[in-house]
Amino acid sequence: MEQLLDNFSLDLFVKQTILFLVLIFLMVKFAWKPILNALNDREEGIKDALDAAENAKLEMQNLQADNNKLLQEARAERETMMKDAREIKAKMIADAKEEAQAEANKTIANAQATIISEKKAAIADIKAQVANLSVEIAEKVVKQELSNKDKQLDLVATMLNDAKLN
Amino acid sequence: MKAVLKTIAYLSLILLVSFSASAKDEAKGEKGDPVNTSEEINDYILHHVKDSHDFHLFDYFSDGEKHAVGFPLPVMLWGENGFSAFMSSAFHHDDEGTVVVEKGGSNFVKYHGKIYELNANATTVSFDEEKHPTNASAPFDLSITKSVFGIILIGLLMLLWFGGLARQYKKKAVPTGFGRILEPLVLYVRDEIAKPNIGPKYRKFTGYLMTVFFFIWILNLMGLTPFGFNVTGQLAVTAALALITLVVYLFSSNRHFWSHQLWMPGVPYILRPLLAVIELAGTLIIKPFSLMVRLFANITAGHIVVMSLIAIGMTMQDQMSVVGSTILSFLLSLFITLIEVLVAFLQAYIFTMLSALFIGMAVEEPEHH
Repeated sequence: MEQLLDNFSLDLFVKQTILFLVLIFLMVKFAWKPILNALNDREEGIKDALDAAENAKLEMQNLQADNNKLLQEARAERETMMKDAREIKAKMIADAKEEAQAEANKTIANAQATIISEKKAAIADIKAQVANLSVEIAEKVVKQELSNKDKQLDLVATMLNDAKLN
Repeated sequence: MKAVLKTIAYLSLILLVSFSASAKDEAKGEKGDPVNTSEEINDYILHHVKDSHDFHLFDYFSDGEKHAVGFPLPVMLWGENGFSAFMSSAFHHDDEGTVVVEKGGSNFVKYHGKIYELNANATTVSFDEEKHPTNASAPFDLSITKSVFGIILIGLLMLLWFGGLARQYKKKAVPTGFGRILEPLVLYVRDEIAKPNIGPKYRKFTGYLMTVFFFIWILNLMGLTPFGFNVTGQLAVTAALALITLVVYLFSSNRHFWSHQLWMPGVPYILRPLLAVIELAGTLIIKPFSLMVRLFANITAGHIVVMSLIAIGMTMQDQMSVVGSTILSFLLSLFITLIEVLVAFLQAYIFTMLSALFIGMAVEEPEHH
């Protein structure tokens, strides 16, 4: 212990204290403060950059998801549109067919009606002609009968033949 | 690399000393011959671990004369007649108080590493039985001693290195060259010592902790070079460091810390005054004292062990022949020097870590239950 105290030099203690305090001051001012600030700045910069990259990645993922969603929506829309179009086409065709059928039926009906009325008119006309002919024949027959019985019979037969040809 | 260089240097020192020792075998133990007896080696080692007023590198001998190689350092004294300054070479390497230097009306002698100012009418110094001078007083010594030289040198080196690193950050985010070695060390002290031990308020104390860490570490490593620095093995230096740590944690301590120091919650009331005494003793005396002694003792012990192992090359020559003792001392000192490289880092780490821990205890905020 005595030797320990003997080794202790108060002069050196004072010199070391002063020099070391000066060294701390100078080092803090000229070295540690700028170094630590620079290191902190750098670390924060790296952290920010990493965060930004992470954010960008997330955003990218979101965008991709959005894109996929849009694509799918578009696809679905196209599907429905195609389906609608097909349905409309089928319906139009069906409608057209139906309409045509109806029209045709109507035309046929009209035609039939016309035919029937024409037929009736023709029949009526024939009837009238037959009546006229009959009257004429009868007239002629009556006329001939008055002169010649045989001739009158021939005449009737000829007249009937003519009527048949008509 | 450093260890290898140093070991080579030690080896050459061993060879130099052992060859000159064998050449001058007949002059063993005489004054002015190489250091080769156990007593001389003991003295030499004890002299080395102390501070000194000049920078002594090695001695060589020619014509039976001892020539010291080194360089003088400025001596600055504040004594009876005010301030006086001269170079330490004025003492001509005398350490026994025989050479008297007259300067500014005062007479100075150097005895066992200390400079004394002779009383007005005295011309030579005289000692009592305990080797304290009787007719001389000790002036206040402001000299640039070997330790002060080391402190200033390392201070400048740190300013140069870390100031350079700080300047690099102005231009670029990642340092180049030597800064690449320094940056991880800075980050190590911040992330492994300051942050975990102090907590969220670490930033305020990181400057002090880093200065302490690099100061101690670099000086420890310097002590392992053959230049003979033993700065962190000076009790005065470690005392100053420990005292600064004490001041730092006392001045940053908060209410929570003192309430736990003086009136420990959660223990019986009758024990609280006793605990307060123990806690106060721990905080004010034991903690700084342990910081001071741990660093001092580890570094000084390392120096003494390394030098003792080198001395095997001289003291065991009779038993093992010159070659045998040199090889043995080389191997042992190589081994212990490598360990000392580790110790140099470890002690810097422990001092800084404990300082951070003590500061952390002082600034800790109460936990919210």
